Amino acid sequence: MTTTIFLQQLVNGISVGSLYALVAIGYTMVYGILRLINFAHGDLLMVAAYAAIFGIGIFSNPWIAFPLAILITGCIGVLLDRAAYRPLRNAPRISLLISAIGASFLLENLFLVIFGGVPRPFPRPDFFARVIEIGGLRIQVLTIYAPLITILLVLGLLYIVYWTKAGKAMRAASRDFETTRLMGINLDRIIALTFLLGSCLAAAGGIMWAMKYPQVNPFMGIFPGIKAFIAAVLGGIGNITGAVIGGFLLGLGEIMIVALMPELAQYRDALAFVILILVLLFRPTGIMGETTVE
Amino acid sequence: MLEVDDLHVYYGGIHALKGIHLSVDEGRIVTLIGANGAGKTTVIRAIVGLVKLNGGSIVFRGKDITRHPTHQIIRQGIAVSPEGRHVFQNLSVLENLELGAYKLSTAEFREQLEWVYSLFPRLEERKIQVAGTLSGGEQQMLAFGRALMSRPRLVLLDEPSLGLAPLVVEEVFRAIEQVNRQGATILLIEQNAMAALTIAHYGYVLETGKVALEGPGAELLKDERVRNAYLGD
Ligand SMILES: Nc1ncnc2c1ncn2[C@@H]1O[C@H](COP(=O)(O)OP(=O)(O)OP(=O)(O)O)[C@@H](O)[C@H]1O
Ligand SMILES: [Mg+2]
Repeated sequence: MTTTIFLQQLVNGISVGSLYALVAIGYTMVYGILRLINFAHGDLLMVAAYAAIFGIGIFSNPWIAFPLAILITGCIGVLLDRAAYRPLRNAPRISLLISAIGASFLLENLFLVIFGGVPRPFPRPDFFARVIEIGGLRIQVLTIYAPLITILLVLGLLYIVYWTKAGKAMRAASRDFETTRLMGINLDRIIALTFLLGSCLAAAGGIMWAMKYPQVNPFMGIFPGIKAFIAAVLGGIGNITGAVIGGFLLGLGEIMIVALMPELAQYRDALAFVILILVLLFRPTGIMGETTVE
Repeated sequence: MLEVDDLHVYYGGIHALKGIHLSVDEGRIVTLIGANGAGKTTVIRAIVGLVKLNGGSIVFRGKDITRHPTHQIIRQGIAVSPEGRHVFQNLSVLENLELGAYKLSTAEFREQLEWVYSLFPRLEERKIQVAGTLSGGEQQMLAFGRALMSRPRLVLLDEPSLGLAPLVVEEVFRAIEQVNRQGATILLIEQNAMAALTIAHYGYVLETGKVALEGPGAELLKDERVRNAYLGD
């Protein structure tokens, strides 16, 4: 393999990994606070993609449409908590899990009914679609922007979680609901904020995913959702930094395996599951190894 | 200031509180003593809405707060230092104190912080330390200090001296009296009945979910039954 192709793959791996990372954060934050694997989280990618399509249709300006789509998806994440999880706060964990699976089916089939199953092309704005050449590499700028946007968003998130009062309340709630309430904190608001942040990041990931693979359909969130979940487990579920590291590692790992062993290309998607099984067998706490929002 | 009337709480089939009444006047230290399992912690949890009530009423400063959500009750001016400390282990000492002052402005927070540091200088020395690595006694001070951060009118203390060395126990009791002199009303749960009744204006003795005895602290200290049951005479 030539150096050029290797570099090309490296950049691709980082780029896809950054999208896994964005989505993985939402899994990890919700798990950290509710100890729930939010099965419907992956579907938010799809919600964001549709919202962005319609946004562009209406405003024909991605700089209005994309933030709006992100915000709408964030609100749907909050609504999801309000409708599917909040009524079950004192219920056994398994009920919550079943509710999550139900919510996921509901979202997918609701969109199927409303928008049909035919994939829609995603109107990729020129800003992201341009191709540039760096040192002999021809790269779509989105590939470079994705990790940069991810890093910016992650820094913003870390700022909120570590430096603001609400962020501190989130970290407190991830350990002890009752005592958090005893601080005069409205726990439901803090949980809603957790969903809002996680869902907005997933939406940003979803829009970039749709630009990368511009086929939007009601089930498009499932696969990247599962990958991102695996990334969260790999990084240590409940740990935000872990989710980011896990996302990048998984993206890189997938693409590099294919690059180094082309005969395995068709097993690319299976690799993630192999990683999941290995992590669960040998290091269930993942790379960063704790089970709270840290 | 706080009027609790005919409080009933069940845990499944267990009737943990069987019609408790309790009255705490403004500016006082009131203590709640009783054997293990008498229901003292349950009384505090009931007041702040952490357990489901099966009957009774709670009035704070003339306002009925029965069955209100916990965070709203706290915002009325009640603070709790819970049994077993429950400091946020993953946060620093300072962050714990910040959460105690969740609803205050930055300026008010600074003021409270200075006050709490003056009560417990140890907390200032350890402010950047992660709370989970504090000693048991330091965690107890943090739980107490954190409760004071919200500028409470009423402080509910559940066994603040549990597991502390005698010198530290003294420090905690001195702090309770000082906080009280500076205007906060105190409801104190204690295993150490002698120390509690000594500083309390009024006391209640709980037995299996009922108020068995009540009276001014000094009188309870002299009471035959109290001396036999709780003071080990
Ligand atoms: N969550 C619970 N589920 C079931 N029973 C409970 C629960 N919490 C308390 N109890 C029971 O209620 C009774 C009162 O408990 P509580 O904790 O109020 O006692 P306490 O007076 O604070 O005791 P201690 O001095 O040991 O702290 C006990 O019999 C206890 O076993
Ligand atoms: Mg108790």
